[in-house]
Amino acid sequence: MTYTAGLVTILAAVWLLLSGYLDKPLLLGLGAASVAFVVFISLRMRIVDDEGLPIQLPAGLARYLPWLVVEIVKANVDVALRIVRPGLPIRPRVIRVRAGQRTDVGRVIYANSITLTPGTVTIDTEGDHITVHALTEEAAEGVLAGDMDRRVARVEGRG
Amino acid sequence: MTLEIVSSVLVIAGAIFAVIGGIGIVRLPDFFCRIHGAGITDTLGAGLILTGLMFLSPHWIVAVKLLAILVLLWTTSPTATHALANAALEAGLKPNVDETEEAPSSL
Repeated sequence: MTYTAGLVTILAAVWLLLSGYLDKPLLLGLGAASVAFVVFISLRMRIVDDEGLPIQLPAGLARYLPWLVVEIVKANVDVALRIVRPGLPIRPRVIRVRAGQRTDVGRVIYANSITLTPGTVTIDTEGDHITVHALTEEAAEGVLAGDMDRRVARVEGRG
Repeated sequence: MTLEIVSSVLVIAGAIFAVIGGIGIVRLPDFFCRIHGAGITDTLGAGLILTGLMFLSPHWIVAVKLLAILVLLWTTSPTATHALANAALEAGLKPNVDETEEAPSSL
């Protein structure tokens, strides 16, 4: 029930923000109808649960995302400088690390965060281990240090 | 006026990163390394250009839509990148590296 209410709220908010209509009864009616239709389909598909609609995450994500954006910018500048440097100072490595997250959603956030950071790409996942291709020694050590792993584990919370 | 300057600086910086990403795709030695170059264009290149455009929005709702595009891009591009890299790995392409290591399991 909580998830259905959450889905309705999110869909309505997205519809209003994308359309920008607040005073056209016909269009608002059509918007409400499409929200109702999407909720109906989602319920029929049985995807309205903690994985399809992770309403437990935003609080943790609000703290995690600013840190991630800073990391992405730092990694971008580092890799960009290496690419334009004449000697091309890279040392590709493949490393295998444990993803300490409890849920699949948590592991997906972790693996995607690694890929989103230039210099590291998740190339394989099996169980709770992920294989990472790192462009440089420093990038590989950054993943091995496990800072991001712990932060994502904090995002999904304990419970 | 100030907004236009801020916007221009961000868009130009984004364009520079996008071009560097392209140079990376050409210069880097093998498939798995080239993916890192494409990552620059995907994240900071697109991110800076979209952020720069937000400053020129005539209405806040346009900025929200640009933010939605950015969120969509930053969620889907790592998924696509991973699909590409994993497909290459599954097809038998080996990354050209010095050594493979196991991490000490922590936690």
